[in-house]
Amino acid sequence: MYTQGLDQQGKTENRRDSLETPERLEAFQARIDAEEKIEAKDWMPEAYRRTLIRQISQHAHSEIIGMQPEGNWLTRAPSLKRKAILLAKVQDEAGHGLYLYGAAETLGISRDRMVADLLSGKAKYSSIFNYPTLNWADIGAIGWLVDGAAIMNQIPLCRCSYGPYARAMVRICKEESFHQRQGFEIMHVMANGSEDQKAMAQDALNRWWWPSLMMFGPSDKDSKHSAQSMAWKIKRFSNDELRQKFVDVTVPQADFLGLTVPDPDLRFDETSGHYCYGEIDWQEFHDVIAGNGPCNRQRMETRRRAQDDGAWVREAARAYAAKHAAKAA
Amino acid sequence: MKPEDALLAYTLRLGDTALVLGQRLVELVTHGPELEEELANANFALDYIGQARMFYSHAAALEGAGRTEDDFAYLRDGQQFGNVLLVEQPNGDFGDTIVRQVLFETFYIRQLDTLTRCSDPGLAGIAARAVKEIRYHLRHGLQWLVRLGDGTGESHARVQASLHRLWPYCGELFAGDDVDEIVGTHYGGPDLSAIREQWEHEVHALLAEATLEVPDEPWMNAAGRQGVHTEHFGYLIAEMQFLKRAYPEATW
Repeated sequence: MYTQGLDQQGKTENRRDSLETPERLEAFQARIDAEEKIEAKDWMPEAYRRTLIRQISQHAHSEIIGMQPEGNWLTRAPSLKRKAILLAKVQDEAGHGLYLYGAAETLGISRDRMVADLLSGKAKYSSIFNYPTLNWADIGAIGWLVDGAAIMNQIPLCRCSYGPYARAMVRICKEESFHQRQGFEIMHVMANGSEDQKAMAQDALNRWWWPSLMMFGPSDKDSKHSAQSMAWKIKRFSNDELRQKFVDVTVPQADFLGLTVPDPDLRFDETSGHYCYGEIDWQEFHDVIAGNGPCNRQRMETRRRAQDDGAWVREAARAYAAKHAAKAA
Repeated sequence: MKPEDALLAYTLRLGDTALVLGQRLVELVTHGPELEEELANANFALDYIGQARMFYSHAAALEGAGRTEDDFAYLRDGQQFGNVLLVEQPNGDFGDTIVRQVLFETFYIRQLDTLTRCSDPGLAGIAARAVKEIRYHLRHGLQWLVRLGDGTGESHARVQASLHRLWPYCGELFAGDDVDEIVGTHYGGPDLSAIREQWEHEVHALLAEATLEVPDEPWMNAAGRQGVHTEHFGYLIAEMQFLKRAYPEATW
């Protein structure tokens, strides 16, 4: 149950000993170009490994932290059916975290190490979860917009060059797609409900629209990881391409709901066939990443408290296992 | 009391107990000691919410007055809820949660097992499904009880303290009233005194395995089934019902 020791020194050092000769790098790139999957035991450049560990662990952390804003409404869900659906969704997120930590572990890092990096603030998670859920429609908006944006990012990852990550993403995307539909359905019910409910739905859209666009990351001209990740086929589309795709899909859905996207500059461009949208507030984006979003401290405190409160439980499990291993020996 | 009224009250009490325990487990989401425990806890909570929905839907059918599962869950006040008090107790630490689950589920699994053979087909069907879920919960709970009891000095002391805190609520599990009696006589519902004997035997053995002592606290007089709750309960339902009650005209 408790993973440990996967990042033992020897294993990592052995891998580091492998010289990154031009021939090896070339052969590796040739495999990528031929759309072959790279598997855990295959040789890979250290930077490829590090990039994947960073990306997969950030994704795992996002799933775990992402349980909090939705978990915030579990006790107050307005019907038993909604409560059960939301609970199943939050549980799926814990499951996604588990597969993703598992996928990252194949790269030679332990879950304990990744969790420690999250709790120390060294590792990041998706900034979208640093926004608060203030009314029930936020649960709909998260499914519709946040999971919708996540799917845009994640579908291409099912074809990512690293096999364990690509396979984990296939299952995750299926579940995310269900989450997205349930979110839209909550919005649909509320947008067609009482005046109070419509106001809640509009309020949720107002607050989640821009942070959802920010989920695609910095614009292409400012994205520092993009070019190499594209060459390695970890990433298949640029941030701005995916963001545009999301806007094009989502604006007609907002129209269908009778809700107004909070962007006065939003217009459909007949020539390009795309929606043009206003300038993203990149200052806000950087502020939230830097830890100054509305809920950064709260999210981390909740996570650290769970870890600290559970210390005696994990300790007891280890002590019990050790006692019984000793008896068995 | 007419037998059909007793059956309705009995079914609602089962629904209330499942819902209230489910709500307590829901409160634990994102606070688990380990990721695997998050998944397990959410599963258990889902099982209880699911059981509550089935019991309430069956109660609605028995009553035949057009009420729904949500009417029972959201539009009744405290004194109309007939859950046993053990399940409304706050989560406390992980030890409290495990002890509450084990003490309740070692009782509940026997109650459900008898109900699988009762003469009301609706109730028997729900019990048949629920008993499988609780069997799985218990495997988890019992493993943790032993790990915590026989783990470290701290875990032993904590879980022993949890037992002392929760023990007084156990008596109510076996303190039936005329509803239990009528459902026993007319529908083949469980004999609580027989369950008590089996429960005591099992729980004493489990505690011994977990190196824990059977508390010597007396069992309190409790009347949760009759709608007399602990002070914790008002807050639990206030939170649970707020949104539904704040916008009574809305559908969600």
